[in-house]
Amino acid sequence: MTAVGADRRQQLAYVATQAADARLNVEIETEGMTLNIGPQHPATHGTLRLVARLDGEQVVEAEPIMGYMHRGYEKLAEVRTYPQVTTLINRIDWLGSFANEVPFILAAEKLMEVEAPPRAQWIRTVLFELSRIANITLFLGDMAVQLGAITPVFMAFRDREFVLNQIEAVTGGRFHPNFDRIGGVKDDLPKGWIEDTKQAMEKIRDFCDEFEDLVLGNEIFQSRSRGIGIVPPAIGLSYGLSGANIRASGVDWDLRRDGHEALVYDQLDWKVWTHPDGDSFARYWVRLQETREATHMVDQLLDGLPAGPIMAKVPRIIKVPAGEAYAATENPLGEMGYYIVSKGDLVPFRVKIRSASFSNISITPWLLKGVYVPDIITILASLYFILGDIDR
Amino acid sequence: MNAGVAMSGLLAVEVPYWATAIIKMGVIALVIPTAALVLGYVFLMKIMSFMQSRLGPMEAGPYGTLQLLADGLKFLQKEDIFPEKADRTVFALAPLVVLVSTFLIYVVIPTGPDAVVAQLDVGIFYALAVSSLSVVGILMAGWASANKYALMGGLRAAGQLIAYELPLVLAVMGVVIQAGTLDLQKIVTAQATGEIFGWDGIGNPFILTQFVGFFIFLVAVQAELTQPPFDMPVAESEIVGGYQVEYTGFRFLFFFMGEFGTAFAFAALAAVMFLGGWALPWGDLEHWAFNIVGPVIMLVKVMAVAALIFWFRFTYPRLREDQLQRLAWKFLIPLSLLNIVVTGVFKVIL
Repeated sequence: MTAVGADRRQQLAYVATQAADARLNVEIETEGMTLNIGPQHPATHGTLRLVARLDGEQVVEAEPIMGYMHRGYEKLAEVRTYPQVTTLINRIDWLGSFANEVPFILAAEKLMEVEAPPRAQWIRTVLFELSRIANITLFLGDMAVQLGAITPVFMAFRDREFVLNQIEAVTGGRFHPNFDRIGGVKDDLPKGWIEDTKQAMEKIRDFCDEFEDLVLGNEIFQSRSRGIGIVPPAIGLSYGLSGANIRASGVDWDLRRDGHEALVYDQLDWKVWTHPDGDSFARYWVRLQETREATHMVDQLLDGLPAGPIMAKVPRIIKVPAGEAYAATENPLGEMGYYIVSKGDLVPFRVKIRSASFSNISITPWLLKGVYVPDIITILASLYFILGDIDR
Repeated sequence: MNAGVAMSGLLAVEVPYWATAIIKMGVIALVIPTAALVLGYVFLMKIMSFMQSRLGPMEAGPYGTLQLLADGLKFLQKEDIFPEKADRTVFALAPLVVLVSTFLIYVVIPTGPDAVVAQLDVGIFYALAVSSLSVVGILMAGWASANKYALMGGLRAAGQLIAYELPLVLAVMGVVIQAGTLDLQKIVTAQATGEIFGWDGIGNPFILTQFVGFFIFLVAVQAELTQPPFDMPVAESEIVGGYQVEYTGFRFLFFFMGEFGTAFAFAALAAVMFLGGWALPWGDLEHWAFNIVGPVIMLVKVMAVAALIFWFRFTYPRLREDQLQRLAWKFLIPLSLLNIVVTGVFKVIL
């Protein structure tokens, strides 16, 4: 389906919504029902609240209400020294924790005008991609379970374990590594890790093949997700969608390739996957391809790992010179960026966190008009948000 | 055949009418929880776990065999909670209605020449009729809970179960035409004594000629049981359990037993109608030993059908309500009508 068809479809959905609205209390005096989905609801895997006005099972209007899990990270970061902040921001997107640290460290490095040595940058990139795999494999199982298939999520947890083991072997933390440092990384890779990781990547590729067959190839999955929740590229961009959500609408934009941060993606042979449809199926498809692409990237990174130090020369007590810097990377969920304002202190003066899920979920009022209740779940699952990433 | 006479023949004593009635009630009251326990343990807990690279329960009893008993005891200890705005009478009655409809199906399922509670001339018609009673219970539960999710679940269940009664009945019609009777005992006999193009080596289990009917029956049963891929009425990721959402304790246990008891009953019906039931195609069908061997043969066949039913359950995602209706009205019903026509034509010319 092309973007033109998508526009037409949304237009029709809008007309249906208007008709439903008009019908609600005037003609046959049916009473609309307001359904409160969340904050405690299995489909929100966290505490997102969705107030949906329904006509029968059709959504007239839906509004997401965020903030039930707001933990005030931006403010908390103002009273912590720079090395302490990474512990905190690990918890934003809790499935791909290491990826949260990187943009913050990169922004701080910009201010301090240090650059990590090549080996540190390569290790950083390896772990970045591993956390992407750890994050998205769970999505691949989770969306299937939202659509009612119970088995894939267990398989996702099973195979994600291989990646988590590798992350733990390097950093000591399965979920919250806290491994990135200003000027480099905390430790070097342990002995034998490269071989183990390559084996794990092999298993993840098998996992991707299996899911392409098992989930993407399933007729019911296709009929539930194709043509559901179509995001036209222009609308998606205007709502600030990023990551796989916008790439599934055919926008060829990936910060790993198009960004300017000091990671080593430009030295790898890889491809940005896009899909022209922009529906829920396309979002799942793009994420699956990206997972497989990430395993190839990890293999290449491990082959080309340069020798050398893992830490640049930085003072023992880190004081960041006054100034402002913004760094953004292509995190598993989309663009994640930190805007740091420093007054030359031990602590940042102000930190603004641009998290991907907040923008990704803000399109829901537009997207949910006119769909049926089961499609709410499909659309929410395919937009793939992490509550910690929405509320920070 | 009078079961009292049969029982006395078996035990070589005269059993009065009231005693046979009590024995039958006791057997039914035992069979249903046992059936629910066996299916729940073997499929829901163990086979499902193995499919999902888990072990399932391992602690309560050897290999977790007593897990469901432990769960049942746990349910009995729970507080019996009524929602504040619930219609208390209807809310309390709903699980019983569901369970009673399950009980009533078991009445006509034959497991031997005499091992049947009541041999009705309209056996299969009766079984399908009482099985649809559970819709009433589900609607009551959905309405009385005073909960929006429960209401949506109840309405979805009603729409779905009514849509799937039709293919279920029509799928059975082929078997009825071929056997020439609605009586489940006679359907079993017809299969055991039948012949395939003149060869009577294995009788004529109707799955060979009625494979379309068998397929439609299984799909419709899946919808009747509200299992994936047709579990919209309970869809836990959408409407959080649907009509069951407000139930706790032993009332929830009733729903659970009803669900698995009905699964067992439908698997038994499928075994009787398509796989030859309790009979073997060799030997004298009237022999009393079949009253003892028959239940075992039935159990094997029931487990085979149940494995199929539950395999679907663990594999497929959920359809949407409108897609389900489309499948029922535009595909299954025409297909089953076609099946009836073809069966009728063959019946006439052969």
